[in-house]
Amino acid sequence: MSKFKKKGGNELPAISTASLPDIVFMLLFFFMVATVMRDNSLKIKNNLPSASEVEKLEKKNLVMFIYAGAPSEAYKGAGTESRIQLNDKFAEPKDIASFIASERATKREEELDYLITALKVDKETNMGLVSDIEQELRKVNALKINYTTKKGSDMK
Amino acid sequence: MAKRSAPEVNAGSMADIAFLLLIFFLVTTTIAVDSGINTKLPPITEETPPIKKQKNIFTVQMSADGQLLVEEKLMDIKDLRQAALEFIDNGGGQGDDKCTYCSGKKDPKSSDNPKAAVISITHVRGTEYGPFITAYDQLAGAYTILRNKYAQKKYNRSFTEMEVAIKKPGSEYLSKKLKAKIDEVKEAYPRIISKAEPK
Repeated sequence: MSKFKKKGGNELPAISTASLPDIVFMLLFFFMVATVMRDNSLKIKNNLPSASEVEKLEKKNLVMFIYAGAPSEAYKGAGTESRIQLNDKFAEPKDIASFIASERATKREEELDYLITALKVDKETNMGLVSDIEQELRKVNALKINYTTKKGSDMK
Repeated sequence: MAKRSAPEVNAGSMADIAFLLLIFFLVTTTIAVDSGINTKLPPITEETPPIKKQKNIFTVQMSADGQLLVEEKLMDIKDLRQAALEFIDNGGGQGDDKCTYCSGKKDPKSSDNPKAAVISITHVRGTEYGPFITAYDQLAGAYTILRNKYAQKKYNRSFTEMEVAIKKPGSEYLSKKLKAKIDEVKEAYPRIISKAEPK
């Protein structure tokens, strides 16, 4: 029971685990960077309607998104009429053809038949605009569409 | 004064904290899967479509304020599915058009058989998207009910359940037999909902 412990025996020093967090963080960062979350920042209101007869949109990379709705608060300058949004920009119906063409160009040839266009349209949009979009899609032969909805029912 | 070295902070548990964070985020992150009603647009063709008998067409018109005019009569959205269901499953056809599996009223003034029955939904430019989707959903729902009933009778399981089974990895995953059954049910009650351009 000596008051002063002898410093440092002959035992092996413990392996420092201080770098383990670094390794874990490296993994974390790798996954954070490698995960692509494809999400357009929306410039429009996008309150989707609800429906019960829904099917899941699988194969995210084969989906082209077209958004429509009235411009949100921050983009009041664009008017109050419903607008189409492609990628990050407001667009006119005539821009859809080139949008579809550019999307198709990024896909492999054998995937083209499975491409599906998801229409994310705000509840309060006029059907006129939706019809315009559909007409443009028909012109470029992008016939598979999906009216994206929430699950549930709007029935009162 | 004796030189004192600062005590070393034990960093061994840092890894545990980092792992805890990693696992927490792994568990809580839900990658949102979009879902919606799938449909196909008609291709643009030069040829005029074949003329259908009026009794085989079920017309649904929507006004700008979301009111429904079904077969020229004002109808509440609550009754739409039942009305569509009765129309599709009517089976009033004779001879070649006879429907052997329909359980409807066999009204000669309504549709011949589900394969000939067409639901036509029209709207004006001012109709809102929300009510339109609700109506479309009701119409699609009528087909689902009929398909379920048919599948239940023939294969003793519901159509919805069959569709789930073929997508879920397991004994029936992508099985050809199940696919044939699903196609057969779809063939019996093809979902023909025509969406006309607004005038």
